[in-house]
Amino acid sequence: MLLFILKRLGLAVLVAFTVSLISFSLLFMAGDPAAALAGETASGEDIEAIRKLYGFDRPMLVQYGDWLVSALQFDFGESYYFRLPVSSLIVERLGVTMTLGVCGITFALLTAVPLGVAAAIRPNSIIDRVALFLSVAGQAMPSFWFGLILIVIFAIQLGWLPPSGASSPAHFIMPTIVLGYYAMPAIMRLTRAGMLDVLSSDYIRTARAKGAPEGRVLFRHALRNAIIPVVSLAAVQMGFMLGGSIVVESIFALHGAGFLAWESIARNDLPTVQALILVFSMFYIVFTFLADVLNAWLDPRMRSS
Amino acid sequence: MTKVETHDPILAEITGPTPGQMLRKRVFGHQGLMIGAGVLVILSVIAIFAPLLAPHDPYAQSLMTRMEPPVFLGGDWEHPLGTDHLGRDYLSRLIYGARVSLMIGVIAALISGVIGTAMGVAAGYFGGRVDMVVTFLINVRLAMPVVLVALAVVAILGGSLQVVIVVLGLLLWDRFAVVMRASTLQVRGREYVAAARAIGASTPRVILSEIMPNIANNLIVVVTLEMAHAILLEAALSFLGLGVQPPTPSWGLMVSEGKNMMLFEPWMVLIPGAVLFILVLAINLMGDGLRDVTAPENRS
Repeated sequence: MLLFILKRLGLAVLVAFTVSLISFSLLFMAGDPAAALAGETASGEDIEAIRKLYGFDRPMLVQYGDWLVSALQFDFGESYYFRLPVSSLIVERLGVTMTLGVCGITFALLTAVPLGVAAAIRPNSIIDRVALFLSVAGQAMPSFWFGLILIVIFAIQLGWLPPSGASSPAHFIMPTIVLGYYAMPAIMRLTRAGMLDVLSSDYIRTARAKGAPEGRVLFRHALRNAIIPVVSLAAVQMGFMLGGSIVVESIFALHGAGFLAWESIARNDLPTVQALILVFSMFYIVFTFLADVLNAWLDPRMRSS
Repeated sequence: MTKVETHDPILAEITGPTPGQMLRKRVFGHQGLMIGAGVLVILSVIAIFAPLLAPHDPYAQSLMTRMEPPVFLGGDWEHPLGTDHLGRDYLSRLIYGARVSLMIGVIAALISGVIGTAMGVAAGYFGGRVDMVVTFLINVRLAMPVVLVALAVVAILGGSLQVVIVVLGLLLWDRFAVVMRASTLQVRGREYVAAARAIGASTPRVILSEIMPNIANNLIVVVTLEMAHAILLEAALSFLGLGVQPPTPSWGLMVSEGKNMMLFEPWMVLIPGAVLFILVLAINLMGDGLRDVTAPENRS
């Protein structure tokens, strides 16, 4: 187990370094960062001065090393636009995104798992078909469009919910539904498939044969085993969702990290963009690492691979 | 294929339906597959013959006829789906938008398919270090937030149809690599692969004529899924204003332009989003259907 964790940790660190290299190199894809920073009206000397000031005249690897050492201390430099440390900007905005992510995954699990279980208990029944329809529709639904429809119905027509902002829990209801519905289909399908698989296994037949009540068979025996892969999928989806929150946050004007990313990209604020790509990647890396460890702990067969 | 007329049950079993006939029966008997493929064919025809079908020029602005409602909301048949804030015919823009979406879906899936399949098959076939490197690259790719990276790169390079297609193509190869690697691992140990090697077939030949035909069914399924993925991503990027740029008629862009008028004219958002939803739904239904009919366990 310890060996598995160490190996997996080594991989996670290596992936993290590679991602950092890629997000750092974005700065140089844009051409001369000093010229971009100086603006269109700047003279050659101004650009040269900025190049010196920001250290763009040094070799790229040295700059990367510098940036990485600071990034490890959670110092991502200064935002070109806000003229504030990027790290404090991100910390300030991350709360909204994390709240949204946790609400979203909770919503997805609370709808997907019961539906998946119900669908697996009676395959091809009405419930199974409804579940299948919801998951097929969810996979094809453009999330920005779904969000706008909710706004039209619940904010404009009915006036029940606020259309945008983040000042009260009610502001999070529609964003949670949009983000959660994005993660729901995969979780629902996996729950259903896992339950179907487990329900046809020998130990369920044994449990039924010895006269265990149906509820006990379903939830104590079956769901407990079927839920293992769902837990790790949920962790992976959570990582995806934080990255995907950029669309949802822009629709509902939730000023979280995703919204910050959108603003920064539109404003060419590269230090902030780099830092956000790295931060979102880190969340994904940490979540998948935790999911793998949890899986290995719950299911010893996973440890050998 | 000559059909033998007979009432002898044993003979009927021997001469019974050929694998091709059975496949055709499965394909045409699969509701989702037929609906999905049908809708996709219709939309493709619309996209290809857009200049013949569109009633107006999708770029022609007219200040006199701005924001006219669709027919079902009291508009006239001159503009069946109304006009947008610049007086451009909405139906014509929708029709040309099908071109943008389908082009993005097909070309991006093609680019990512070539990259991902090459990586996946190489990893599965050669194993060892090659596999390690490919698995690592897949891990790195999965860790990068797609929307964010695509937005950033498109913003840096400047939004245009070509840039969006190439960026998405270079980003969406992960599922191809994962699935092709697993499929190759499965067929690599089969007898026919060993037999081909034994008669002295070269590695490229073994891969192209023994491995590839036997994993092609999985490949087709991933192609459809990634087409849908690329189309949705382009729409999201264009919606955020950092994808295809105006005045190109992209459905995502149309939703974004309609958003400002949403309070009074919700149809401007509903219509382009609905066709986007239908297109992606059709592609997904077709992909799911193809998986069902080509899965070996359903062949008996």
